[in-house]
Amino acid sequence: MQDATTLKAYRAQLRDALDNDFQRQALDKFAVAYRASRANAFAGIDAPELIAEIAAAKDVAIDQLEELFAEFKRHAEAAGTKVHLAATAHEANEIIARIAKENGVKTIVKSKSMTAEETHLNDHLEGQGFEVTETDLGEWIIQLRHEGPTHMVMPAIHLSRYQVADLFSEVTNQKQEVDIQKLVKVARRELRPKFCQADMGISGANFAIAATGTIGIITNEGNGRLTTTLPRVHVALAGIDKLMPSLHDALRIIRCLPKNATGQAITSYVTWVTGAVPCEVGPEGKKVKHVVFLDNGRMAMAKDPEFKQVLRCIRCGACANVCPIYRLVGGHKYGHVYIGAIGLVATYFFHGREKAKNLVQNCLNCGACKAVCAAGIDLPTLIKEVHARIQDEEGHPAYSTAVGQVLKNRTLFHTMLKSARLLQKPITGGTPYLRHLPMFLFKDQEFRALPAIADEAFRDRWEKIKPRVTDAKLKVALFSGCVQDFIYPEQMEAAVTVMASKKGVAMEFPKGQSCCGLPLLMMGEKKAGRELAAHNMNAIDAQDFDYIVTMCASCASYLKHGYKRLFADDPAMTYKASQFAHRVIDFSSFVHDVLGISEADFAGPDKKVTYHAPCHLCRGMGVTEAPRALLREAGLDYLPAEEEDVCCGFGGSFSVKFPELSKELLGKKLANLKATGATAMATDCPGCIMQIRGGFEQEKTPFEVRHVAEYLAERLKRK
Amino acid sequence: MTTPPLVEQLTQKASLVSAVVRPVASMDEAMAYVADVCLGKEACQILASGCDAPLSDTAEALCQTKQEKIICAPEMPAEAMATLTALCDEKGISLITSGMRSRLGGIDIGLTMAVAGIAETGTVVVRSMSEEVRLASMVAEIHIAVLPASTIVADSYALEPQLVAWMGQPDYTAFVTGPSRTADIERVLALGVHGPLELHILILEDK
Ligand code: SF4
Ligand code: SF4
Repeated sequence: MQDATTLKAYRAQLRDALDNDFQRQALDKFAVAYRASRANAFAGIDAPELIAEIAAAKDVAIDQLEELFAEFKRHAEAAGTKVHLAATAHEANEIIARIAKENGVKTIVKSKSMTAEETHLNDHLEGQGFEVTETDLGEWIIQLRHEGPTHMVMPAIHLSRYQVADLFSEVTNQKQEVDIQKLVKVARRELRPKFCQADMGISGANFAIAATGTIGIITNEGNGRLTTTLPRVHVALAGIDKLMPSLHDALRIIRCLPKNATGQAITSYVTWVTGAVPCEVGPEGKKVKHVVFLDNGRMAMAKDPEFKQVLRCIRCGACANVCPIYRLVGGHKYGHVYIGAIGLVATYFFHGREKAKNLVQNCLNCGACKAVCAAGIDLPTLIKEVHARIQDEEGHPAYSTAVGQVLKNRTLFHTMLKSARLLQKPITGGTPYLRHLPMFLFKDQEFRALPAIADEAFRDRWEKIKPRVTDAKLKVALFSGCVQDFIYPEQMEAAVTVMASKKGVAMEFPKGQSCCGLPLLMMGEKKAGRELAAHNMNAIDAQDFDYIVTMCASCASYLKHGYKRLFADDPAMTYKASQFAHRVIDFSSFVHDVLGISEADFAGPDKKVTYHAPCHLCRGMGVTEAPRALLREAGLDYLPAEEEDVCCGFGGSFSVKFPELSKELLGKKLANLKATGATAMATDCPGCIMQIRGGFEQEKTPFEVRHVAEYLAERLKRK
Repeated sequence: MTTPPLVEQLTQKASLVSAVVRPVASMDEAMAYVADVCLGKEACQILASGCDAPLSDTAEALCQTKQEKIICAPEMPAEAMATLTALCDEKGISLITSGMRSRLGGIDIGLTMAVAGIAETGTVVVRSMSEEVRLASMVAEIHIAVLPASTIVADSYALEPQLVAWMGQPDYTAFVTGPSRTADIERVLALGVHGPLELHILILEDK
């Protein structure tokens, strides 16, 4: 449960989490195993199509929650269930406590409910003298330890068998062996009497079906079935977003949820309960049955065009499974109650700005969460949006506003870069890296060498190198992005050489272009980001060109997908942005798919090269084949690396804000690259190059790190 | 006789999740199987996996309530019951059809009729308005479900109209896929957390 009050305190907690070796290993193992088992579970199923269907159906439901509630209530009440709607977490807890009192309840068993975690229901009930026992094994373990879950589906994934054995020894007052099979049986037998004695069972509900007033619960352990059967009172607590029109909607989600959660085809149990069912110990032989729906801001969220998609979430936990940060620090430091990418967003809404403000900055914008989300939620964008809202509410930090002011003024920004070049001389020591970093600016950045600003920016070389084309077939605008313009102009030159090798490619470098604006989004400076986007769309008149080619994966994905979102509320600008976005293409796709460069164009000696897939290319742009095919066609011996598509830890300003995390991710990346046996690596993003090259330089490993364009250019047959 | 594709798929998928699947030619064969499994199984399988483990006093007390071998078969057809009763008498197994609430310490076998099977996931569908059915299939160490082959459908969508009709009144229906399981400690799979340690599906040739 993350609740640091300052970013500094949060960073200290993150460092502690990094020292938790058991958790690190457990989450590493899980991340790798999950990837394979998810793929396996979805074999033969069109997962993207299924996810799109779920998203569309959820969107329909979200627009009619009030009607669905009324319909559910009508059917459920006809079948003997009392239905309640709680406006707040406190109200939900009060309703449940009242039901308990009215029915003379003393002891309560619970099956898993994230919604009950959201409302801190146990604390509330225990405060009123009820005895509450969690019966899901993982939940029981963390309840006994007085802590929150570290994963939505596997709440105790952070604990070892030794810790559980110690805990169970304490609970039973008997020494327990460190044997998982036996420990599970101990839990079975310790919890069975709790079921027998309980007067009330509280469950969650994965589905609330309006057409019949039915709730659906999925579990593996079977505790859900006992919780809803043995006690005479059953209360189900569910977020109001769990309402859906029909059984079909639920069945569709079941096809996806367990597969996406843990790679399981279906959970052991799916339980459908409609109305007050027979119960021997209930009044008149029937169960006392209640369903409590929780609003807690959801109805308002359903009307917010940007954030309503949060309500699509089916709580599969996959967005944590694949998140590189979650993998490093675990759930207690990567969420408040809700964990992982969705936790970063949901915390702000359900548990407030204070709890969210540090958390929400801890995101690489790597898109891994979005790529697996069972409900197609654009999580990285929402995380940045929450960050921006918090800054708007709390006031922007001075450095953030200052960067915004500089970046949106191209002349000022570029003048500053050029004067920085003159000033850096004493600290480069004649190398392409900054030596003796000024510590006040670059605290904790020593884990990688940072590059120096180039002597001559690409924009100043352009006129000299511009290829003269007489018979133009394709008109191309080059978008360099700041890093290639000012730090790695040689990458741009290489790209120009490659593209010029095909006849009829007329290139322009519109000089008015500036930073793409992604850094501003990363810092929560949305307003300045909009101004910058508008500036670039003026500088490059899209209608004049067939393509806008960029060598930077991050710029490419931001220009293509980010700009449209920035102007969602402005139809004219949205149109302009889509005209622009339509033409944006990354270098590798342009060369491979459009120009059609092939093996015959290249020559050169054998060379082993591995590859790093930039987040913003493989997920942001959905481009995975083109760069790898180009390397092979250029005659290079491409050796795939492990976890090629896992983030290198750069994340723009992320690496400056959370150097301890960036360092760990970089370390993993370097190890995977080295393990291929190659001593050279290609990629499609200057940011990744900066990070990875800097990492190798720092540890003094000779390893060539270059842009795909550079490898192609050096192997191009001269004509 | 060749196995129909749905039966084959269900068998394969259920086996993947540790269910035991057997074809049976008749109800009599099914009942003989049930009695054999009961006789052949160890007195208390929890024993093998932890009855020697020391427990707190309340848990220990509940565990002591189960002494003899018990099958609970709450809602089986009369003919099958006649066969099973004879078999149980012969083998000294106690056969009950109700009173599960006084047997929460555990029974050996819970026997139920499945109303449908879902081939795609290897699932049996158990309709259990009766509390005895619910408890028998959860409290037993082994849950045996008899599944008529003709009720097997391709996927859950194919069952939708039937499910919706049931949900038109108070109803309690479960999809059961393999035995009760957990991976909550170190992601190591363990069977039999709160429910059965084993699930046996007897596919009854009824066509
Ligand atoms: S974008 Fe990447 S770092 Fe951010 S929450 Fe998603 S997976 Fe985690
Ligand atoms: S946000 Fe998506 S991936 Fe994350 S828990 Fe919800 S549905 Fe699953």
